[in-house]
Amino acid sequence: MALFSKLIAKIKGENSFAPTDWAELEIELLASDLGPTLTRDLLEAARRVKSENAQEALAQALTSHLTQKSRLPIINQGGLSVVLVVGVNGTGKTTSVAKLAEHIKASGASVVVAAGDTFRAAAVEQLQTWGTRIGVEVISGKVNADPAAVAFDAAQRASAMNVDYLLIDTAGRLHNKRDLMNELEKVKRVVEKITPICEVLLTIDATTGQNGMAQAKIFSASVDVTGIILTKSDGSAKGGIALAIESELDIPIKWIGTGESTADFESFAPESYIRGLLT
Amino acid sequence: MFDSLTSRFGATFSSLRSRGKISHSDLDASCSQIRQALLESDVALEVVESFVAEIAQKSMSALATIQSGTNQANAIFEIVNSSLIEILGGSARRVRFAKNPPTVIMLAGLQGAGKTTLAGKLAKFYADQGNTPLLVACDLQRPNAVTQLQLLGASINVPVFCPEAGDGVGDPVKVAQEGITFAKAKQYNMVIVDTAGRLGVDSELMSQACEIRDALQPDEILFVVDSMIGQDAVRTSQAFLDGVGFDGVVLTKLDGDARGGAALSIATLTKRPIMFASTGEKLSDFDIFYPDRMASRILGMGDVATLAEQAKAAFDGDTSKKLEAKFASGEDFTLGDFLDQLSAMSKMGSMSKLLGMLPGNAAMKKQIENFDDGEIVRTKAIVESMTPHERADPKVLNGSRRSRIALGSGRKVSEVNTLVDRFSAAQKMMRQVRSGGMPAGMGAMAMPAMAPIRPQSAPKKKSKSGNPAKRAIEESQ
Ligand SMILES: Nc1nc2c(ncn2[C@@H]2O[C@H](COP(=O)(O)OP(=O)(O)OP(=O)(O)O)[C@@H](O)[C@H]2O)c(=O)[nH]1
Ligand SMILES: [Mg+2]
Repeated sequence: MALFSKLIAKIKGENSFAPTDWAELEIELLASDLGPTLTRDLLEAARRVKSENAQEALAQALTSHLTQKSRLPIINQGGLSVVLVVGVNGTGKTTSVAKLAEHIKASGASVVVAAGDTFRAAAVEQLQTWGTRIGVEVISGKVNADPAAVAFDAAQRASAMNVDYLLIDTAGRLHNKRDLMNELEKVKRVVEKITPICEVLLTIDATTGQNGMAQAKIFSASVDVTGIILTKSDGSAKGGIALAIESELDIPIKWIGTGESTADFESFAPESYIRGLLT
Repeated sequence: MFDSLTSRFGATFSSLRSRGKISHSDLDASCSQIRQALLESDVALEVVESFVAEIAQKSMSALATIQSGTNQANAIFEIVNSSLIEILGGSARRVRFAKNPPTVIMLAGLQGAGKTTLAGKLAKFYADQGNTPLLVACDLQRPNAVTQLQLLGASINVPVFCPEAGDGVGDPVKVAQEGITFAKAKQYNMVIVDTAGRLGVDSELMSQACEIRDALQPDEILFVVDSMIGQDAVRTSQAFLDGVGFDGVVLTKLDGDARGGAALSIATLTKRPIMFASTGEKLSDFDIFYPDRMASRILGMGDVATLAEQAKAAFDGDTSKKLEAKFASGEDFTLGDFLDQLSAMSKMGSMSKLLGMLPGNAAMKKQIENFDDGEIVRTKAIVESMTPHERADPKVLNGSRRSRIALGSGRKVSEVNTLVDRFSAAQKMMRQVRSGGMPAGMGAMAMPAMAPIRPQSAPKKKSKSGNPAKRAIEESQ
């Protein structure tokens, strides 16, 4: 983008970066949902940069806010790997479960999914439709069953089946509802009576604003989130809140969702994400 | 939502009120606090700038004419309040009913915004008022969106027109056309059309939305938007406005803690009113959007009017009369009353939501939000272990009585203490509300203010898997 190159030119000393340019940069950063605090930090860092290789220096300022943690999937080598997918209503959990299942299947491993959303109307059917489409078995319980009981059964079944992966879909819940968070904690606790959960993935909708931070904080405190799936990255939103979350909570973004079909799913690539924030 | 804004405004105004006289630099400091708060609340930057400029300018002229410091602070508070109301859309607008029925309402919005659930809520809302709505399933994209709408319709006895099973099969434009024909033939007076979620940048799907619109000739197109949306609210709402167009906005998931700055942004930038608020997963968690109430909420004045209405609806007959009589006579509400009212409470929706409407500072609201509705059972046990005398007058609860109650209810003394403290605080708040002259029927409100009530789904209903009361019982076994 024009502004980005203007800034780089300024840093290189080829150009003067006028106060209006700084204001414009602030607007760009804020418009990416990085939030006022991170934006202020980034602007300060950019003002300090006096490097010859300006582009790299600026990329570093942004990159320094990324986590050092591995973005690779956490697995239980040689055993059953259980992945719990959690998040706020409508953020893309069920679709992501389908995407991840297909991805795993394509890599040659075996996978089953569990319909842990027993609450929302037609949620089980939705996952079953995906299961049929991608040829993955869906373990489900009765409508309105206790989600922990469904997850427990699924863990037992998956262990007995000797599959490599069990992915558990859960009902959407707002993080400020204590009772629903307790319910989720119970799901995790109960599954772990059978087998450890390797990974807890939190879906963050790329259109989410600063509330995403509260989502990540509270879901982490509750069920120890190990990675983020940044969904709906195919829209006009930049998803800057994900960087703010990484920076503050040190939770790696592991996957991004880029559309409504199962193929629209990629491992998170930090460089292109950072570039995207400024374009 | 808006909590941080509330607390910031709270801090700003209490610091302004504490001054003898407000200087221009005080005002500047306050404005920059407001700016930061609005940005943290996801208000679009351009809206923030114009809002803050307006406040600064209006306050400046107010300062010149008012002498006492306190009055000046009040004047600024009023300026902020009325500017917020203005931005949030002035007075609430209702759906325009068609001269020749059916009145057609089309929903549009991003994926996951909450359109399908909202369709069910709208249908219930209007059916409850004596209308005969028909739901039309035009989301043929998302797997089982049609099934979801069918289940919702069935749960409220509203028919669903769904000739196509969906899941990527069928033409939504054709369904829209046929739906209207069907509604006219069967004389439904209202048609509510669910559509697939789409991105603002997806021109293909946007033009499909236009075709659906042209087939429907809707009286209202409602743009459904998640209250957690960030700065993208600007681009997306503009894209929908330019694309399919819309007449009003519905904010969803307002029961979350998002500060919902998008409300301010969208209303300002699109000049379309926010008409409805969606506040929970049950179909009754829905209301008309009141800009003035929302502004009060932002400013920490509490949404007392909404609470009053809900209380009125939930407390009927004898229960209500008894409470009103007590209220009128100036008697205090007791723990005994609380126990009596538990069942009526359950009709009013979740605890945290109710308490969120009460006036009070943001820090307190935060605590309330974290309140575990599942504590109901335990709290009930505590109250039940008290003697009638103690329930009527918790002041007699000395240490030995408290340990007896703890023992009897199987809880810790500290839990008994917390309950009593909370109750006293709520009682005090109610006295304040009363002296502020609340409408009749408001008596009921002392109860929710106090603490645990039964969660939304009563145990007998065997519905929600996450029923906290049921779970609490399970866990205690
Ligand atoms: N454009 C786009 N849409 C997506 C993406 N991921 C999910 N969606 C859509 O978002 C909507 C909600 O997705 P779901 O997977 O049902 O979300 P959920 O979190 O399971 O929803 P609940 O279970 O109702 O809380 C659907 O219309 C999906 O097709 C994505 O990466 N891009
Ligand atoms: Mg789901």
